[in-house]
Amino acid sequence: MKTIEDLKRMREKFQAENNLRQAGGIEVIVGMGTCGIAAGAREVMSAILEEIARRNLQNVTVRQTGCIGMCEQEVLVDVVRPGEPRITYGKVTADGVKKIIGEHVVNGRIIEEMVVGKIAD
Amino acid sequence: MQYIRSHVLICAGTGCTASGAKKVETALREELAKRGLEKEIKIVETGCHGFCEAGPLVIVYPEGTFYVRVKEEDVPELVESHLYKGRIVERLLYREPVTHASVPNYKDLSFYKKQQRMVLANCGHINPEIIGDYIANGGYEALAKALTSMSRTDVVNEVKKSGLRGRGGGGFPTGMKWEFTQKAAGDKKYVVCNADEGDPGAFMDRSVLEGDPHRVIEGMAICGYAIGAEEGYVYVRAEYPLAIKRLRIAIEQAEELGLLGDNIFNSGFNFRLKIKEGAGAFVCGEETALLASIEGKRGMPRPRPPFPAISGLWGKPTNINNVETLANIPQIIVKGAEWYAGIGTEKSKGTKVFALTGRINHTGLAEVPMGISMREIIFDIGGGIPGGKKFKAVQIGGPSGGCLPEELLDLPVDYDSLIAVGAMMGSGGLVVMDETTCMVDLAKFFLTFTQAESCGKCTPCREGTMRMLEILNRITEGNGRDGDIELLEEMSRNIKTTALCGLGQTAPNPVLSTLRYFRHEYEAHIHDKRCPAGACSALTGYSVTELCKGCGLCKKACPVEAISGEVKGRHNINQETCVKCGACIAKCPFKAIIKG
Repeated sequence: MKTIEDLKRMREKFQAENNLRQAGGIEVIVGMGTCGIAAGAREVMSAILEEIARRNLQNVTVRQTGCIGMCEQEVLVDVVRPGEPRITYGKVTADGVKKIIGEHVVNGRIIEEMVVGKIAD
Repeated sequence: MQYIRSHVLICAGTGCTASGAKKVETALREELAKRGLEKEIKIVETGCHGFCEAGPLVIVYPEGTFYVRVKEEDVPELVESHLYKGRIVERLLYREPVTHASVPNYKDLSFYKKQQRMVLANCGHINPEIIGDYIANGGYEALAKALTSMSRTDVVNEVKKSGLRGRGGGGFPTGMKWEFTQKAAGDKKYVVCNADEGDPGAFMDRSVLEGDPHRVIEGMAICGYAIGAEEGYVYVRAEYPLAIKRLRIAIEQAEELGLLGDNIFNSGFNFRLKIKEGAGAFVCGEETALLASIEGKRGMPRPRPPFPAISGLWGKPTNINNVETLANIPQIIVKGAEWYAGIGTEKSKGTKVFALTGRINHTGLAEVPMGISMREIIFDIGGGIPGGKKFKAVQIGGPSGGCLPEELLDLPVDYDSLIAVGAMMGSGGLVVMDETTCMVDLAKFFLTFTQAESCGKCTPCREGTMRMLEILNRITEGNGRDGDIELLEEMSRNIKTTALCGLGQTAPNPVLSTLRYFRHEYEAHIHDKRCPAGACSALTGYSVTELCKGCGLCKKACPVEAISGEVKGRHNINQETCVKCGACIAKCPFKAIIKG
C-alpha cells in the first residue's frame, strides 16, 4: 500500500463486508413462523441468499419475521426499499425468488400479480 | 461467493473470556454447522464492549440485538429461535436494574447513553485480529494524511492545539512533550508506549490494546513521524497475554500492508515497532524506570532532569506516552484539533476512559467527556450501588490518588478540579465503596500495595511507606495511639516532598485524602477502639440480641465453640474465644446476631 487511493480502495472493500451492521439499505424479510417453515420458508431463504450472492448485491439485508396471520399465503416475503411502502409477496417459491430479486430488489419494479399486501409507514 | 446474512459478535475480551465466551463460541460453531447455517452466518470475535458485568456478551446483526450472560446451554435456543426463525430470545436480553424493562438494542442501554465512545469506538465492534476491520472504520487515514499532507511541525502543532493531556496520570500536555523531543538534538530518537498498567482496578489500556490495537500503532507511527523517530517500543506487562498476542498480530499485519516498515505511503518515512514485555513491577510504569527496564537493567527510576525528551532510551531523545493518549491521536489528525478541543472542559479536552470496579452494579469500562460529574458516572452509567447499600466514597487514581466522599459527587471530573480536592485523574481506575468499607482499611490496602511495589532505591519511599503501614496496621488492630494521626500527616508530607519518583511522591495520597474526608473514622479506631463500618475484625464483636429463639444453629456453626446456651434460651457469645469469622450471623434464621 503506497498511496491514499490504495487505502481508500481497501477501505471500501472491507466496508462492504460489514455493511449489514449499519442501518439502511434494502430489506428482504422472510416469514419464518411455524406456518412459513411448513410451507418451505427455509428453502426460500436459501434461494434468496444464493440469488443475492450470485448477483453480488451490496446493501441488502435479509431478515426473518414471525407469523403475520395470513398463513394460507405462506411463504411470505416482504421487500422494503428505503422510503417506499413495505410490499408483501405471497406463496413465494424458490422460482419466485429470482423474479422478486431481479425485478423489485434490483430495479424497484413491484411484481403486482404476486403482491398480497402493502404497508405504508 | 456466499452471501452472509447475519453477523454474530462474540466478545473475546479478557472479562468475557473469563466468564466463558470461548465455550459459547465453540457451541455456536457446532450448532450452526448442525443446522447448515455456517455459510450464511459469520461469527466475529471482538474486543471488550466495556459492559463486563454482563458477560459473555453476544450481539446479533442486522438486528443489533444485545444478549447478556450467554451460556453454552443457551446456544441451541439462540440458534433455533433467533438465527433460524428470527425471534428474539427475550430471556437473554439485558434488563435495566431500576425499571426491569428488557432492552433489545445495544444503543438503548442506560450504560451507553451518557458515554461518548471515541477511543473505544471500535472496541467490541471490530475484530481486532483483522486489520481490514480497522481500515473499514477509517483506520490508518490519519497516518496517510499526516505523511502525505502535513509537515512534522504541523503534526506537533495540531496535537498542541487539541489540548490533549497525558492519560496515564500526570496530565502533562502531549503536544508540548512531542515538541521537546522533536527539538531535542540527536540523530536517533524513540517513541515508547507505556502499557504497564498496574493500578488495582484499572484495565482501560488492556481493553484498548485487546480491542483495537491498530489505533495505538497508528498513534505511535504518527508520533514517530512528528518527532523524527524510526523506532518504537510498546512496553506492556507480561500479565496481559491477550493484549500482547493481539498487538503482535496487528504489527505483523501492518507490516504486510506496508503501514509499518520502510517508505510508508511513499513519504520516505520509515517506522518499526517492537514489543517489550514487562515483568509486572508497578514502578516500571514510571518513565525512567520503564526505560531502564527496556534497556535490560533493573527497573528503577532515576532523578529527572534530564527528562527522557532530552536523554531517554539509550541516552537518546525519547517520547513516552500512555496507551490511551496515543489512541487519541488518529482522530485528532483526521477530524482536526478544533473539533477535539470542542469536547470537554476549558483545560481538560476530549474524553477519558474509566474502569468501574468495586461496589457498583455495572462493573466495566466507560468513556465519558471530561467535565461530566462523578455522580453521573457512578449512578447513571454505573447503575449505582448493589444490594440497596449506601454510597460512601470513590477512590480515583488508584494507589496514587485519593477518595471523593458523597458531598463531592457533583464535582466535574477533570484534571484540575480533582487535584484541588486532593485526588487525581490518574490512569482512570474508579473503585466504588459502600457503607461497609472502612476508610482506614482502604488506606491500608493501597499503602500495602505501594509499600510492596516500592523499588527500594530511595529512603523516604522504602522506609517511609513501611513505617506508615505499621501505624495503619496498629490502628486497625485496635492499638492506635494518641498522636498517630499527626505522625501519619507529618510522614506523608515528608515522603511527598523527598521521594525520588512519582510512586513515592504519591504513595501517601490515599492516607491524606481519607484523613481529609473521614478523619472521624481514624479517631473512632484510635480513641473508641471501634470500627464504624464494622470491617476491621479486631475492632468488631458479635453479640446475640433478645430476638434469639434458642434454636442452636449458631452454636453448631461456630468453629471454635465460643457460643453457649440452652435450647429455647437466649444464647451468648464468649468474646475471648470468638475469632470473628461471622459464621454464626450467616446461619441465624431470626437475625438475632449483630455485628459491631
